Amino acid sequence: MTTVPDNDPTLGLFSVLRDDGSSDPQADPFLDDPTLLGMYREMLRIRILDERMLARQRQGRIGFYGTVTGQEATPIATAFATRPEDWIFPALRENAIMLARGFPLEKWLAQVYGNSADVLKGRQMPSHMSGRAVNQVSWGSCLGPQLPQAVGAAWAAKLKKDPVVTVGFIGDGATSEPDFHSAMTFAGVYKVPCVLICQNNHWAISVPSSRQTSSKTFAIKAHAYGVRGARVDGNDVLALYRTIKEAVEHARTTSEPTFIEAVTYRIGAHSSSDDPTRYRQESEVEAWRLRDPLVRYERYLRRAELLDDALKASMSAAIEEQIATAVRAVEPIAPPPRSSMVEDVYATVPRHLREQLAEMEAHPAPPSAHGAGH
Amino acid sequence: MRATYREAVRSALRTACRRDERVFLLGEDVGRYGGAYACSLGLLEEFGEARVRDTPLAESTFVGAAIGAAIGGMRPIVEIMTVNFSLLALDQIVNNAATLRHMSGGQISVPVVIRMATGGGRQLAAQHSHSLEGWYAHVPGLRVLAPGTVQDARDMLLAAIEEPDPVVVVEHQFLYPMEGDLDETAPPVSPWRALVRRAGKDLTIVAWGGSLPKALAAADVLAREGVDAEVIDLRCLRPIDFPTVLASVARTHRLVVVDEAWRTGSLAGEVVARVAEDALYDLDAPPMRVCSAEVPIPYAKHLEDAALPQVRQIVEAARRARGPRA
Repeated sequence: MTTVPDNDPTLGLFSVLRDDGSSDPQADPFLDDPTLLGMYREMLRIRILDERMLARQRQGRIGFYGTVTGQEATPIATAFATRPEDWIFPALRENAIMLARGFPLEKWLAQVYGNSADVLKGRQMPSHMSGRAVNQVSWGSCLGPQLPQAVGAAWAAKLKKDPVVTVGFIGDGATSEPDFHSAMTFAGVYKVPCVLICQNNHWAISVPSSRQTSSKTFAIKAHAYGVRGARVDGNDVLALYRTIKEAVEHARTTSEPTFIEAVTYRIGAHSSSDDPTRYRQESEVEAWRLRDPLVRYERYLRRAELLDDALKASMSAAIEEQIATAVRAVEPIAPPPRSSMVEDVYATVPRHLREQLAEMEAHPAPPSAHGAGH
Repeated sequence: MRATYREAVRSALRTACRRDERVFLLGEDVGRYGGAYACSLGLLEEFGEARVRDTPLAESTFVGAAIGAAIGGMRPIVEIMTVNFSLLALDQIVNNAATLRHMSGGQISVPVVIRMATGGGRQLAAQHSHSLEGWYAHVPGLRVLAPGTVQDARDMLLAAIEEPDPVVVVEHQFLYPMEGDLDETAPPVSPWRALVRRAGKDLTIVAWGGSLPKALAAADVLAREGVDAEVIDLRCLRPIDFPTVLASVARTHRLVVVDEAWRTGSLAGEVVARVAEDALYDLDAPPMRVCSAEVPIPYAKHLEDAALPQVRQIVEAARRARGPRA
């Protein structure tokens, strides 16, 4: 019987940041100052944006929202570790990757409102965002289907000899879905240039990760499929950056896939429809708050004298202003016209949809849901 | 030239691979084995492993990978052994391939072709013999083609590969050895139109796929009785070409629909409903449906024959639709 040695990267927890704000000099990727501060700014932006959007949902202005609070490090590290031509196949908590890869905040907010400025034309719910301009594909709400798609897109890149890598995401819960296992099988058998990342946030709505596997870790599963594996501190943006960057460039140069488990915690609710006090102890949440990825990274930046109170305050103020301005601009935009929903079912609108549209338009439209409130 | 339905499918696959380097084939046993129904026999040798891929046994994942490859700029053609097995890939087909263009606001297209065998008649029992194409025909975003002739087995598949949208092609497993005329140079007839396969004035029989030869045989029997039946080959199951059906019913005033699926909730029901909505007063008699018995299709030959629509039942339905001789 082959055993996995104790020092295997799928059993450990790769980290860079120490509690005192210093870093492990053997592990620190020593990024340049603009990159270090850029990652902090993006993490801070999604933290604040989530708070504002959740408040909007509670006010009834938007239909649904899922925050990533506590999990900001993985999406932001991914955004910085990939190239613009790489593809992202996200799960529920990776929408910030789009923003950090240059998708305009106003257009992102238009998706939250589903209005006529939304490039998705009001057809997909918030937290399931996508944008062709930044090569991000919509998440499959059945939890697993984006992984075979990520593998297939990587396969296309390999067949076309494009130096493009795809990054697919999944949560700890969805590793129990058949698609996870067969996507890993395909990635291993075909050796395609993809990186599959499991954000282990410990809770699949109300079911703890201990109910999803009896393996020692999620990362160790990589061995079963003949795929490289790594386990990394999911609240340590520098450890994530280094691990993801290495995996992405390895995929680009060798076509070899990697599976990464990012160990993190969902501080907030699963979504705006969830109340986590029904199934987990506040003491557990408190313990993880001490490991808040923003707080830990901030300590590092202060110690490196890249960040101080004044800079943090001005960054926060600038982000608040950017969000407030964008919300003011986007919120009053009218919903898409109802005739638009027959578009894009097919590349061209077929006769039966033209007929059904004519039937629909023979009746008056209901009162406008202008500005949301639905 | 004469060819079998199976050879016509192979001819289309070969032509597509030659024409467009983005095209590749994937599925279970499509390579060395040449496909469960031998449709891709010889193509691995001709195009190599990069273009003809034997995949691990996971319908959901090879369909999902094909969707990803289509998003990534390729033109994959997936073979699923039977429509029954395609249920393992329903999430990828229905929730993903069919929705991605719409949910992305038209930014992403999924030009994937998903071929699958359908129907019964070969004693393969309830897990290889069902006719579930109506399920796919229910889903916006998909196009569904059901070739019922040798020429269509080639032409419709080639048309499907040109489509920017996902296309499900259902090939009736009983038709694979059927011989017919195949012209590889003829300009193809649009696959989205229903066709009158036999003109007639006394009643309309609508059929498709594996039921088409049965409908034509029934029309021959009826002709000997002095009844001149028109046979419409529906061909495209989504979107359905209702104008051709309605025009025929306006001429004949009587309708029989043959559908190998189960009657309740069937496409046959959809055709009848649409005729009732748009042309009830054109009808001189209640429309008739000939469908499979509502049981899992059994293995034993005499049971299977009893469960599936047969020529005799189509003739009988036509006689009833004709009513007492005037």
